[in-house]
Amino acid sequence: MLRRVLTAACAGIALTACSVTAGDPPPPGERVVTLVTHDSFAVRPEVLDAFKRETGITVKTLASGDAGELTNKLVLTKGNPIGDVAFGVDSTFASRALGEGVFAEYAAAGADRGAQRYRLDPPDRLHAVDVGDVCVNVDVAALRDKGEPRTYADLADPKYRDLLVVEDPATSSPGLAFLLGTIAEFGESGWPEYWSKLKANGVKVVSGWEEAYTQDFSGSSGKGPRPIVVSYASSPSAEIGDDGAPRTKALLDTCYRQVEYAGVLNGAKNAEDARKVVDFLLSEQFQAEVPGQMYVYPSREGVALPEAWTKAAPLPDEARALPASQVDANRERWVQQWRSLVQG
Amino acid sequence: MLPLAFLGVFFAWPVVAIVGLGFGFGAVERSGAVWPVLADPRTWDLVGFTLGQAAAATALALVAGLPVAFLLARCRVWGTGLVRAAVMVPFVLPTVVVGLAFRALWPDGGVLPIVLANAFFNVAVVARTVGGLWARVDRRAEDAARALGASRARAFTSVVLPALAPAIGSAASVVFLFCATSFGVVLVLGGARHRTLETEIYLRTVELFDLSGAAALSLLQFAAVLAVLLLGGAARRRRERSLALRVEAPRRPAGGEWGVVAAAWLVVGALLLPVVGLVVRSLATDDGWSLAGYRALAGTGERGTLAVPGWQAAVNSVRTATDATLVALVVGVLSAVVLVALRRHGSWLAETLDTALMLPLGVSAVTVGFGYLITMDALPGDFRTSPLLVPLAQALVVTPLVVRIVLPVLRAVDERLRQAAATLGASPWRVWREVDLPLAARSLVAAAGFGFVVALGEFGATSFLARPDAPTLPVVIARLMSRPGELNSQLAYAACALLMVVTTAAVLLIERLRVPAGGEF
Repeated sequence: MLRRVLTAACAGIALTACSVTAGDPPPPGERVVTLVTHDSFAVRPEVLDAFKRETGITVKTLASGDAGELTNKLVLTKGNPIGDVAFGVDSTFASRALGEGVFAEYAAAGADRGAQRYRLDPPDRLHAVDVGDVCVNVDVAALRDKGEPRTYADLADPKYRDLLVVEDPATSSPGLAFLLGTIAEFGESGWPEYWSKLKANGVKVVSGWEEAYTQDFSGSSGKGPRPIVVSYASSPSAEIGDDGAPRTKALLDTCYRQVEYAGVLNGAKNAEDARKVVDFLLSEQFQAEVPGQMYVYPSREGVALPEAWTKAAPLPDEARALPASQVDANRERWVQQWRSLVQG
Repeated sequence: MLPLAFLGVFFAWPVVAIVGLGFGFGAVERSGAVWPVLADPRTWDLVGFTLGQAAAATALALVAGLPVAFLLARCRVWGTGLVRAAVMVPFVLPTVVVGLAFRALWPDGGVLPIVLANAFFNVAVVARTVGGLWARVDRRAEDAARALGASRARAFTSVVLPALAPAIGSAASVVFLFCATSFGVVLVLGGARHRTLETEIYLRTVELFDLSGAAALSLLQFAAVLAVLLLGGAARRRRERSLALRVEAPRRPAGGEWGVVAAAWLVVGALLLPVVGLVVRSLATDDGWSLAGYRALAGTGERGTLAVPGWQAAVNSVRTATDATLVALVVGVLSAVVLVALRRHGSWLAETLDTALMLPLGVSAVTVGFGYLITMDALPGDFRTSPLLVPLAQALVVTPLVVRIVLPVLRAVDERLRQAAATLGASPWRVWREVDLPLAARSLVAAAGFGFVVALGEFGATSFLARPDAPTLPVVIARLMSRPGELNSQLAYAACALLMVVTTAAVLLIERLRVPAGGEF
């Protein structure tokens, strides 16, 4: 009996193996670089194919959650990383990764074409690939009579009572960015008071961007009840009507900058090719993909933006930002303080 | 041994490793203290809320599920096959989608929508698990009670209900575990006001990287789950006994039974309401009705949001779910057979194994997922990034369901049948093939179908492990939901509809494969 059961078990497992590996057997001797990324990574396959033709390197991506989850996974696997290159650690989490020694030093080619503007300390470990701003978005038509708010302070104006929806900074990355923006604006001593005013003014807090943007916000396909939402500077480019005019608008004085970085992982099995992939991420070719594929702005200077962006999604000249080390040192405390203030 | 090895490598090892890391056995900085978390009264509020909402949702799922189980097991009325398929549909819907659907009705969230949504997902568990046994319980005892003058209600409570108790207990413990660890629904509907151990473990692991706090909460969740399993096990044990199992042909309901059937239809109708809402949503656009979302399934979303076309994700889903179901069937059926054999000798080992098999349902997917990261590189070929990990992790969720569906039937097989066969010279294998298998065949098929559907809809573990070039439908839907643009949300709802169609087709197909009633003896 035992033998037959074992045979059946083995047959089952063999069958499994067949149907899974039916996908893509990698040809032997191929040069493969594993790129560990956040879930939002996207690139057209043609671009990776062109890179492979040029260099002989196949880039295999491994999505690993949002920026925070990705960073934690990299820290947990430091020493024996799950890939060779990582992309997507952002300015809020960068100092955790750098402090844990996740990234190896490398002076990337092309870093002098704009990426150096977002340089971190210690230099030459992480290279800025893209820049995205979290800004308050408004439904233009719904606010025509009232007039649009312009600054953070305006949002606490009773004129805009019960109109704003934001994300919980503990569960959502745009929510955290918005909180950090208000801390940068009002300072360590002033932000709690500002949030008390927002609370008194009927701010609604939801747990994620999906609920805030697609359900509560009136300017998106969900046609919710609230015309003011925390989203991205690039979001209006997806809300252009048939007449070609954007239906929503980002308030450029309420932006917080998030920079996303890439670097070679310490202990990468294929470090030599991994460096070439970092160069590729900073190259003209890849940077031109960034807005259309990932809804963020290229870090490289002089890259053409899609037409919808020039119309609806200009990058703010001046966005707020806090130093990565300050964010890393205080994030938990700020979020806890925010929780007891706004939800307690 | 195979079930234990599977459980040990793909569950116990990673979980112990990651919890151990939280306790400071390992070289990760920021490991704070574990004990203050347990001393914090807010932690106990979390425990209370977690258990309370799960208990309420379980009760609701039982009340709603029993009439449906009756309809599916006992009644020959038009449309039962469709009901069987329809009741499974909620189970595969991604939690974020269901969360948003319920949130549309209760914009401010709260406890009630959380309980309703959790019950919504789990009616199918009750209907399937209880229905599996109900279809085989000898009707003659009930008829005898009626003939002796018992009212229909009396016959139900004193004859039918006790016979069904093992399956009800099984269903209740599975539903309770699903509800206690439900993540997406609580996050979307509870916001930061209503939090459970599961959402807090996720936050601390993923956002705050507070592994110590997460470890403390994981231990608490583990203890709570263990307590529930032991309680459930004790309740089942008192009830479990041999039943006269036969193939009971469904018949037309009579008299008061029509009331139960009506209640079942009502439940199915209520379950389909959010489903219909989603289909409507997938067709409605700013400019009226449109099939744009469905047409977009052939592509990769607005400006290539997806790495593969929508239909390709459906193929991936079916493929991984098939693998997961095969693994779970092998492991689950072996376990059930071993459990029955051990139980016959009254072994404590049986209890331990039974409980151990259920634990994967009660441990956070994040804990298991992060555990994989720090352990699976020790397996040959750096298993951390292997595509095999997705079906194996799904199998971990499906196996307990297979055990819970098959076990009550196997245990109810009258030992005298087995002894008679053995006396007549049958080998143990032959006994199993000639006695147990025919009696259990239907529930095996039911378990396979159910497991397949669960694997299709599984999101927690899958989103952790799926490779971007081979996403499943729920992963694709979550990605589309997190992007602006009307076409993307249109496509997300169309992908939901596709997932529902695949589910219904799978259930109907498995119905076809069911062993024809009556031909087994």
